[in-house]
Amino acid sequence: MTADPSITSNGESEAKHSPSEPLLSVDGLSVQFQSLDGPIEAVSDIDIRINRGETLGLVGESGSGKSVTARSILRLLDSSASLDGRIHFDDTDLLALDEAELRPIRGNRISMIFQDAGAALNPVLTVGDQVSETIRMHQDIPGEGISGVERNALTSLLRPTDWPKRFEESWARTIELFDRVGIPEPDRRAFEYPHEYSGGMRQRAMIAMALSCRPELLIADEPTTALDVTIEAGILDLIEELQAEFGTAVLFITHDMGVINEVADRVVVMYAGRIVETGPTRELFEHPKHPYTEALLDSVPTLDGTESLDPLSGNVPDPQNRPSGCPFRDRCPEANAACDGRFPPAYGVHPEDEPATVSERGSTTVPEPRRDGSDHATRCVLYGDVDVLQHEPGLSGSSTAEPEGDK
Amino acid sequence: MTTETERARRSVFGSFLRTVRRDKLALGGAVGLAGISFVAIVTPWVIGYDPSTTNLALMLQPPSMEHPLGTDRYGRDILLRIVVGARTSLFVASLGVGIATVIGVALGSISGYYEGVVGESIMRVADTVFAFPALLLALSLVAVLGQHQYNVIVAVGIVYWPIFARITRGSVLSVKQKDFVQASQSIGERDYRIIFGEILPNVTAPIIVQATISLAVAILLESALSFLGLGVPPPDPSWGRMLAESRDFMTQAPWWTIAPGMAIVVTVLSLNFVGDALRDALDPQQEDMLEDER
Repeated sequence: MTADPSITSNGESEAKHSPSEPLLSVDGLSVQFQSLDGPIEAVSDIDIRINRGETLGLVGESGSGKSVTARSILRLLDSSASLDGRIHFDDTDLLALDEAELRPIRGNRISMIFQDAGAALNPVLTVGDQVSETIRMHQDIPGEGISGVERNALTSLLRPTDWPKRFEESWARTIELFDRVGIPEPDRRAFEYPHEYSGGMRQRAMIAMALSCRPELLIADEPTTALDVTIEAGILDLIEELQAEFGTAVLFITHDMGVINEVADRVVVMYAGRIVETGPTRELFEHPKHPYTEALLDSVPTLDGTESLDPLSGNVPDPQNRPSGCPFRDRCPEANAACDGRFPPAYGVHPEDEPATVSERGSTTVPEPRRDGSDHATRCVLYGDVDVLQHEPGLSGSSTAEPEGDK
Repeated sequence: MTTETERARRSVFGSFLRTVRRDKLALGGAVGLAGISFVAIVTPWVIGYDPSTTNLALMLQPPSMEHPLGTDRYGRDILLRIVVGARTSLFVASLGVGIATVIGVALGSISGYYEGVVGESIMRVADTVFAFPALLLALSLVAVLGQHQYNVIVAVGIVYWPIFARITRGSVLSVKQKDFVQASQSIGERDYRIIFGEILPNVTAPIIVQATISLAVAILLESALSFLGLGVPPPDPSWGRMLAESRDFMTQAPWWTIAPGMAIVVTVLSLNFVGDALRDALDPQQEDMLEDER
C-alpha cells in the first residue's frame, strides 16, 4: 500500500500554511491483525482529519472497520495488531509514542465513550470512584494524586465505599460533573455500582468520565446504539451541549444515518475497511456520490413513507477474502469492468457531478476530476478521470499509474 | 432498600456480615472458625500445664469428666492436645496458603494480562510444579530443607501456588476482554493498576473460594506430613500426628482417632461455608439480589 492519493491531500497543502491545522489527522492508516490463517487487514489506507470543535461522523456497516479505526487513534488495539501510516494529534505523532508518553494524552486530551456503558464501567467499583479517579489521575490536584500502592486488589475490597470522598477537591468536581451530565441525586448515586444505574444513566456516567478532563477530542464509539430512542436523543443533546461548552471535537461512530445527520458536521463513509466517501453532512446526504453511500441512505426509512425502502443485499466481504479492486463491486448496482482492477484513489466531486455511465466511459464526456480543494470526495471509478480509464484493463492494486494531480 | 448513609458506608466486610446474618451455614462456619481460632490462639497461654507431659498411669483413658475426650497411650489429655494442635494446623495452613495465594495470584494475573512469552513461561513453570504429586513434593521439600515448622509452611506455599496462578490467569483472561479494561486503558491507567486495581477485584471470588478449599487441603497436607513423620516436629501436638499415633489403637481407644478426625472435619467444613459466604459478599450484584429477596 504505497502512497495512494489521499482524500485529504487536497486540503493538506493548504492547511500547511493556514493557521487552522486539523486537530487530528490520520494519513494512510492501515491495520493488520495476525491470525492463524495469516494476516488480516482490517482497515486500509484511511485518511481522516478532524478540526477543533467539529463533529466528524464515521458511518458504515458492522465490520467496516469503524471501531478499529477509532481504537487505533488511542492505540487500544491488542498487540497482534500492526499499524501503518501516520496519526497526528496536534503535532504529536501518536504512533511514535510509547505507553508512558501516551498516558497523559489518554483520558486527558483524547477520551473515549463506548457502545455498552454497562460493560465499560468496572462492575465492582462505585461509579463515583471511577469518575473521580480519572480526575485525580490527570488533574494534578495537590495531595490528591494516585499513589502507587493505593489501589490494589486488597485495598479495593477492604476500603469503605466512601473512600474517594477523602479527596475533597476531586470529589467535589465529580459530584459537579454528575450533576452536569444530568444524573439525579449525585451525592447518593455516586456511591452506587454500575448495575444500579439504568442504561442511559450509565452512558451519562461514562460521558462524565470521558469529559472530566475537558478533552480536545472525544471518540464516541456508537454511544447510543444500545439505548432507547428517547434516551438516545437525550444523550445526543448532552454530547452536543458539552461539546459546545468545552470546545471538544468529536469523532462520532455509528451505523445509524439518522444519528449522523443530527450530530455530524462532516461525514466519512467506510466500507470493508476503506473510506469510500467523505464530505460535508448536508451535501453528502443530498448528493451522495458513491453507490454505497446511496445504498446506505436508501435503507433509512423516512417518516412519511414517500420513498420505498431499498435494503442492500449481500454482506460485507470477509476481510480475509476481500476481492481485488473495489470491495463493494459485488453488491454494487453500477459495477463494471473497471471496478475489478483496483480500488481507485479519491476524487473530489461537486454536488452537480453525475457519474459517467458505462457507455460514456470510453468517450471524452467523463467528468474532469475535481481537485480544487472541495471537501467532498469519493473513491469510485464512476467519478474517475480519463487517466484511470485508459489504463482500465491492466490495473492492479500495486499499479503505479496514479493520477498525476496527486503527486 | 438501604438508606443513604448505610450505603455510603457499605464495604465488603459489611456485606460479608450481612451475608452471614442471612445464611445459617455461613453463620455456623463463621462461628466454628472463630471458635477454633480463638481457642487455638488463647488456650496455650491460659492452660496450666504442658500438653506434652506424659503420665503412663492414665494411658488410654476413655472420655470422662476429667478428660472429656479421653487420653492417649502416654496418658496425655486429648482435648488439650487437639486445642494446641489447632494452633499448629491453622498457623501452618493459613501462612502456607497465604504464601501460595500471593505468589500464585501475582504471577497468574501477570501471566493472564501479558499473554505471549512472559505469560507462557510463567505457566510452564507452574505446570512443572503442578506435575508433582502434592504430598510427594512437600515431602521432598521438607526432607531437603529440614524438619521445621517454617519449612512445612514454605512447602505448602510452593506446592499450592500453581493452582492459584491457573485460576487467576483463567479469570484474568476472561475479564481482560471486557470493555472496562479497554476503557481504563483509554483514560490512561498504568498496566499494574489495571491488573491489580481494575481486573483483580473482579476475580476475587474464585480466588477466595480456592483459598478456603486450599486451606482445608493444606490442613490435610500438614496432617499427612505429620502422619508420615515429616511435619511439625514432636512433641508439639499436631492433628495429623495424633491420627498417625492413634492408628494402632483404633479398636481399643477409638476416641483417640475420632477426636483429631472430627477436629479436621469441623475446621475444613467451617472453612468451606465461610468461603461460600465470602464469595457472595464479594459480588455487589449478588448482594442486591439477596436484598431484594427479603
